[in-house]
Amino acid sequence: MSAPKTMFEKVWTAHEVVPETADTPAVIFIDLHLTHEVTTPQAFSLLRERGLRVRRPDLTLATMDHATPTRTEQVFGGAPITIDSAAKQIRQLEVNCADFGIELLGLQDARRGIVHIIGPELGVTQPGKTIVCGDSHTSTHGAFGALAFGIGTTEVGHVLATQCLLQKKPKTFAIEVDGRLAAGVTPKDLILAIIGKVGVSGGTGHVFEYRGAAIRAMSMDERMTVCNMSIEAGARAGMIAPDDTTYAYLADSPRAPKGAAWEAALARWRSLPSDPGASFDNAVHIDAATLEPMVTYGTNPGMVVAVNGHVPDRKGDPVFDAAMKYMGLNPGEPIGNAPVNVVFVGSCTNGRLSDLRAAARVLRGRKVASGVHMLVVPGSQEVKRLAEAEGLHDVFRAAGAEWRESGCSMCLGMNGDTVGKGQYSVSTSNRNFEGRQGVGARTLLASPETAAASAIRGRVTDPRELLS
Amino acid sequence: MKTAVIDPIVTIRSRTVVMPSTNIDTDQLVPARFLTTTTKEGLGKALFADWRYDADGKPRPDFILNRPEAAGCRVLVAGRNIGCGSSREHAPWALVDYGFQAVISTEIADIFRNNSLKNGLLPVVVDEATHVWLLANPGAEVEIDLASASLSVPGRAAVTFPIDPFARYCLMNGVDELGFLLSKDDAIKAYEAKRVA
Repeated sequence: MSAPKTMFEKVWTAHEVVPETADTPAVIFIDLHLTHEVTTPQAFSLLRERGLRVRRPDLTLATMDHATPTRTEQVFGGAPITIDSAAKQIRQLEVNCADFGIELLGLQDARRGIVHIIGPELGVTQPGKTIVCGDSHTSTHGAFGALAFGIGTTEVGHVLATQCLLQKKPKTFAIEVDGRLAAGVTPKDLILAIIGKVGVSGGTGHVFEYRGAAIRAMSMDERMTVCNMSIEAGARAGMIAPDDTTYAYLADSPRAPKGAAWEAALARWRSLPSDPGASFDNAVHIDAATLEPMVTYGTNPGMVVAVNGHVPDRKGDPVFDAAMKYMGLNPGEPIGNAPVNVVFVGSCTNGRLSDLRAAARVLRGRKVASGVHMLVVPGSQEVKRLAEAEGLHDVFRAAGAEWRESGCSMCLGMNGDTVGKGQYSVSTSNRNFEGRQGVGARTLLASPETAAASAIRGRVTDPRELLS
Repeated sequence: MKTAVIDPIVTIRSRTVVMPSTNIDTDQLVPARFLTTTTKEGLGKALFADWRYDADGKPRPDFILNRPEAAGCRVLVAGRNIGCGSSREHAPWALVDYGFQAVISTEIADIFRNNSLKNGLLPVVVDEATHVWLLANPGAEVEIDLASASLSVPGRAAVTFPIDPFARYCLMNGVDELGFLLSKDDAIKAYEAKRVA
């Protein structure tokens, strides 16, 4: 009998075109290449310079999300896109997709959205696939038991030209999450706690596998939130074993296999989970039941504290001191003292329908505090359609929040949706780096529930105070 | 087909620029608003833009790259975990366009390290003691020899650093990896033929 294998090892081995040797990395076949406007132009230029074609346009899908406008008049009304260079980049993707025969879900397409939201939505994200994209949050797709990771633009060119990548085999890291999350504590709080525990480089060189009762109990949307932020702990990929929750999600999606192909796929997918006794190179255990809603206080996603807790006191640690200076916070003060100027609900981390429902549950019948600007940006046009069908947009607007078209928006501010200098933003996105949401912007990462509660109070607020 | 697409690296001799901050993420290396470009060229001016320039676009005199001693330096010594965060290859493009040839740290984030290797920017991971010395001696004249994968600093024994042999071959010969991948066409075809769609 062969040795027990991890899910990662099974997917890796199944995709070896040429195995790794002492002198050369493995050649790994890529089942799905997701592309967008920002990290592809130079890759298409490379293909043109070398006279190469896209080897597998059928395994390549393009959309636009990072630099796209979220104002309806700019998306659908013909109003000029605010940032000229972004408009040019969008046009360049249209040209590149037409020239190379790639399917593009373009600016006005009803299926457009953040690349990591639409892959699962369409059902092209499937267990056991290798999935890459020129975006570090490609780890999101690992929620389905896919091996999914972000690549640079040179590698985008490699995949376009050969459908393969040269890769050294990473190590494996089990993240065991036992117990159940308490009411009002979300998968976002869990992943922030994991990053706090593992550290922002603790996962470097590894693929995470999230395991345990708390993970099994999660919906697909929730699992995607967890896998999405694997890269914030340094791990390029994070995986969750597929199960009936996964299959039920995919069964309804437009591009999942149908009929006999579905049955054959199911049989393959059921063999993917790590074998009992499979060994991991590293492991960490977390008891979900002990967690509180979490929020970041510093300038990396590992600087986290319970929302009803205090900023720690690590004076003398240069990272901490620099973060305090940038954030304008004081060691030891309650994080609830932090004022709130902007609240952003959206992104590939928390821009799915269930996230918008969670924010709306807190906001319903309440008002955003005066002086707080709240922006709700659905993760895709499909999320927008579904949210509007159940009236969520009315809840947001009645509370005083803005409701926009889909895109990455204020997660990274490329499209002009930015947070002002020195302003505090409670954001459901994934990075609180200096300047991430705008020059001088101060970002506190949190769940949709915490973001909504903080919008209402104008201070960082434990959502359980408003949910009870 | 062109094969030499990047300048070959054999030996790098330079004074160092030291940026001791831990976790210098790629949003600091190149802020997102500079990513709406469709070329690689000219990103050197965006390198560390928010640390390098004030709100009016004037150089901040206290930032290391704006100081006279940083002029002409080709080796950046950074705090632990440089390159974390976004996968943007604009980060190594900007470093190379600015004039850097190597980045030294105790930890270098995965995607940034991969991207650097593909652009003739050498990622050098050193031990803690060497790192402490480099941080304490900004402007030190160092020599990096790729053939022996070693770093020499004045008055200390040379240290070796890990580098994937294939990446080293590509860097030393100015060859990019695409040519190698394209040469595997038969293997790719064979894989595709047996692949379950």
